[in-house]
Amino acid sequence: VKDGDIVAAGGCLFTRTPLALVREILRQRRQGLTLVRNLMCYEGEWMMVAGAVERVITSWMSIGLPWGVSRILREHVEGGKVAFEEWSHLALGLRLRAAAMGVPFLPSLTMLGSDLARVEQLRTVQDPYTGQCLAAVPALCPDVALLHVHRADVFGNGQIDGYPHMDADMARAATTVIVTTEEIVLEEEIRRHPDRTVVPGVLVDAVVHVPFGSFPHECYGLYEADYDHFGQYTEGIVARGSASVAAYLDRHVYGPPTWTDYLDLFGGERLARQARLARELTG
Amino acid sequence: MTATWSASELLAVMGARQLQDDTTCFVGVGVPLLAAALAQQRHAPRLTMVIEGGIIGPQIKPGRLPISTNEMRAAHRATALPGITDLFLLAQRGFLDYGFMGGAQVDQHGNVNTSVLGPDYWHPKVRLPGSGGANDIASLCREVIILTPHERRRFVPRVDFVTSPGWLEGDGSRERAGLRFGGVSRVVTTLGVFGFHPGSRRMQAEALHPGVSMDTVREHTGFEILEASRIEETQPPTSEELEILRAIDPDRRFLT
Repeated sequence: VKDGDIVAAGGCLFTRTPLALVREILRQRRQGLTLVRNLMCYEGEWMMVAGAVERVITSWMSIGLPWGVSRILREHVEGGKVAFEEWSHLALGLRLRAAAMGVPFLPSLTMLGSDLARVEQLRTVQDPYTGQCLAAVPALCPDVALLHVHRADVFGNGQIDGYPHMDADMARAATTVIVTTEEIVLEEEIRRHPDRTVVPGVLVDAVVHVPFGSFPHECYGLYEADYDHFGQYTEGIVARGSASVAAYLDRHVYGPPTWTDYLDLFGGERLARQARLARELTG
Repeated sequence: MTATWSASELLAVMGARQLQDDTTCFVGVGVPLLAAALAQQRHAPRLTMVIEGGIIGPQIKPGRLPISTNEMRAAHRATALPGITDLFLLAQRGFLDYGFMGGAQVDQHGNVNTSVLGPDYWHPKVRLPGSGGANDIASLCREVIILTPHERRRFVPRVDFVTSPGWLEGDGSRERAGLRFGGVSRVVTTLGVFGFHPGSRRMQAEALHPGVSMDTVREHTGFEILEASRIEETQPPTSEELEILRAIDPDRRFLT
């Protein structure tokens, strides 16, 4: 990831967020990035407070209903420090799909007539067969896609359990694809269940073994999101605003030298608890 | 004995009653999810919930209510997980009967704003989280039902920003924009159930909750609200409905 890149992050909101990769980008003090994510959680806040992003492309940003509207979003976007490009959820999905398909746009019925279409200068196109008016949703090609998957082999063939979100399109749309995985498996294991491969290895540039690589966000079937941690994180923001996030980054991002050191801040008991909660829901 | 209920219980009950059996409904988390779960357990066992995270047919585990539309709790016992883009494309194809949504502002034509407050989009007074799937639900479901507390600051003549299209400027403008079907059929609030005049597509009162008068509605609405030729009175929530709801959300995470 280079300064100024358009970086797409896989998963959605607090699910399968490639947090280990986001952390590393911040540790490398990248700047001028555009972050693309369909629903953006606190990784967006981290990047705003760290000064890493100048623009986000998303359909929604905050953490979740109980924690209210993101104060970090408000501060950075209302103050004009970060540009906020807002697309509907489907439109953003189609932007990535168009890029994944190698076409410049896809026709759609969404966003028509809304102010979203106006501010994003969404053009319309006429169907040459019927004359119907359609939204022409433009392709979006990220420079780099960051994805976190359940298992991959050393060639980067990545398999995802549960909801696939937009990762498959992101991997096809991006120029460079970096995958972190909960588990590295033998190529033979992938070949036994090729139908489960969401990200074919031919698309992948790098694969990194990072167990609990989304924590405290969730990974389907493996660990549930840690709501308590989100609560503590947002309480800090309510009390001290961006300064609280800056302190959080010092403690969780810049401080611990490795991801294992980062996980130690949560402790093994916490990880085991979240793993048990996940099994209760999907087992 | 008179049962009592909270504002969100009233909304969930009145919302649930709008849903018919053997239909599909796009639901967000919070009160819409509670309403759909209540309908499923009471009168609509074949109601298929569809949730934004790419989830079809979940059966929500009581006490484990999802906070986001993209998490294991929202996918509990789902029948299919097609991915987000493909899920919304099912709606575009016309497979979604209902869409359930809320919003920071709702106007007299049922347009919804969840993006910015203030007249200047580029220098907003308040930057809200954004559309998420709301614009898609409003654009692509066959029938949209808005669930919201009835407050004057929410019920504005014209939303500051049309995140999600209702009837836009009124009759005909939705179709002219290229939206081939759908539109807001009802707005279910803490005061009553509202529809839209078939000609002007302006909001009109169709039923009021027990003890609510048109004066109260006018007091809490920032625009002139029309009255249907006959205004019904809704039946109050039954103890059965309230019991089911409270069992779904025993920690009262969303039943505030």
